[in-house]
Amino acid sequence: MKLLVCISKAPDTTAKIAFTDGDTKFDENGVQFIVNPYDEWYALVRALELTETSGGTVTTITVGTAADDPTIRKALAIGATDAVRIDADPKDSFYVAKQIAEYAKANEYDIVLTGKETINYNGAQVGAMVAELLGQPFVSLATKLEVAGNVATLERDVSGGIEVVEVGTPFVLSAAKGMAEQRIPNMRGIMAARTKPLNVVQPVDCDDLTSVVAYSKPDEKAACKYIDPENMDELVNLLHTEAKVI
Amino acid sequence: MTVVVFVESKNGNLVKAGLEAVSYGKRIGETTVVTFGDLSSDALAGAGTYGASKVLVHRGITEGNGDQLTQLVAKTAESLGADVVVLAQDQTGKSIGPRIAAKLGAGHVSSAVDVPDTSNGFVVKTNVFSGKAFAHVAVNSAIKVISYTPNSLAATKDGGNAPVEELNLDLGDNRITVKERKLQEGDVAPLPEAELVVSAGRGLKGPENWGIVEDLAKTLGATTACSRPVADIGWRPHHEHVGQTGIAIRPNLYIASGISGAIQHLAGVNGSKTIVVINTDAEAPFFKAADYGVIGDAFEVLPRLTEAIKKFKESNN
Repeated sequence: MKLLVCISKAPDTTAKIAFTDGDTKFDENGVQFIVNPYDEWYALVRALELTETSGGTVTTITVGTAADDPTIRKALAIGATDAVRIDADPKDSFYVAKQIAEYAKANEYDIVLTGKETINYNGAQVGAMVAELLGQPFVSLATKLEVAGNVATLERDVSGGIEVVEVGTPFVLSAAKGMAEQRIPNMRGIMAARTKPLNVVQPVDCDDLTSVVAYSKPDEKAACKYIDPENMDELVNLLHTEAKVI
Repeated sequence: MTVVVFVESKNGNLVKAGLEAVSYGKRIGETTVVTFGDLSSDALAGAGTYGASKVLVHRGITEGNGDQLTQLVAKTAESLGADVVVLAQDQTGKSIGPRIAAKLGAGHVSSAVDVPDTSNGFVVKTNVFSGKAFAHVAVNSAIKVISYTPNSLAATKDGGNAPVEELNLDLGDNRITVKERKLQEGDVAPLPEAELVVSAGRGLKGPENWGIVEDLAKTLGATTACSRPVADIGWRPHHEHVGQTGIAIRPNLYIASGISGAIQHLAGVNGSKTIVVINTDAEAPFFKAADYGVIGDAFEVLPRLTEAIKKFKESNN
């Protein structure tokens, strides 16, 4: 089995969210970057489990600059066979999807796996776009994946419940919670990752279909209003007259 | 501008998140709704009420499947020469929105929380950093696809009658076969579009104690949710889990009891308009994100709140 896992870096979940350059850029100062958890815990780990039982390779692909290399090495330390970095500073999801699709087209994978979204931009776009650009089926929000020969059985989230679906390879999926458990890289993995191939590839031309003009922050919440636990009538009254939600 | 809004149907009705998207579309331009399935004329008329000037229905598709739905929306947008395509960013929207955009060569904006600002270009305000910030995204392509975040704007019923036309497009095959579908029972709103949500966490001490949570939810007409640890240990089903790794929601009212409010939980609920936190621990971080706080024992406070809601509903009837 030949698997491609899309890896993105993301700020640690506890990172302070601030912006610079007139609120047009995310302030990376002092921010710890991690592998986007959906890419790592769910997509990458499940891909590794599959190749460990039935053989094959797991390649990671990242669209980014040399600043992304530490997160790519982390993915290699967890167990990926090799890594590809498309050398570009991506502007939007379509740009990323286009680069990944071009690479995947030339190298023919059985399954392309992405996380369901990144925790910084929350776009949930790349996987679906890659599928469309490759002309392959897309299974969104997959929580389980089993592969037998060239047929995969998946569970996925749909509104108000779950679906069990069957699809032939090749296809693209986005992985959600449930696919696999987090793996902590061990010392052997970390050492091995230093010498695993990280191939840097030049990007193909692509227009910026969207661009971020500015960032802003939500209004600060007013201080919490405390209600006497004996007096729930007052809470109901406030929800009705003040918050106007009931 | 010419706008095409995709609205999903479920059990013979247009879904609420989709109808909100219709009102959203109407604020951008002349809106045509495209939907599918076995829908009565009453159900289809709803789209007109929310602002559509025309409704197109494809009855050949009975259940949503990404391959055919992508074709349905993209082909409709092309044949109408649409400037903007809008769909709700629910599970179906996440599966087809970016595909429609890639097919049309359109810029795609996901998690939109407001109508586009067209005073200088076409700029859409979106949720990023798990609700901790907004990005204002300019769409530079001729056609634009917007995935609208449910519950961001109220649906407005200021439309009228919209003529309904049947669509007979060839949408090709579904390459994905659905073997089984397990959907929640009853007519409670699914979490992403629920306006009222009652949630509980480990403070409830065991799954056998969820009766008081369900009583409150039932009295309010709310959907139940839970925190991650509770879903992980199997006290509650996974589809109830809200938070960073679960479902992100933005209801009008979120009542959380026995949840401390870890940053990962807040990331999934901080878009809620009003947050009520009930916890015995006055130091629980969740109180910082709350509008109303009750320092007290959920086992006493929840039944008391349920009674208060009942009393309120009786006096308002």
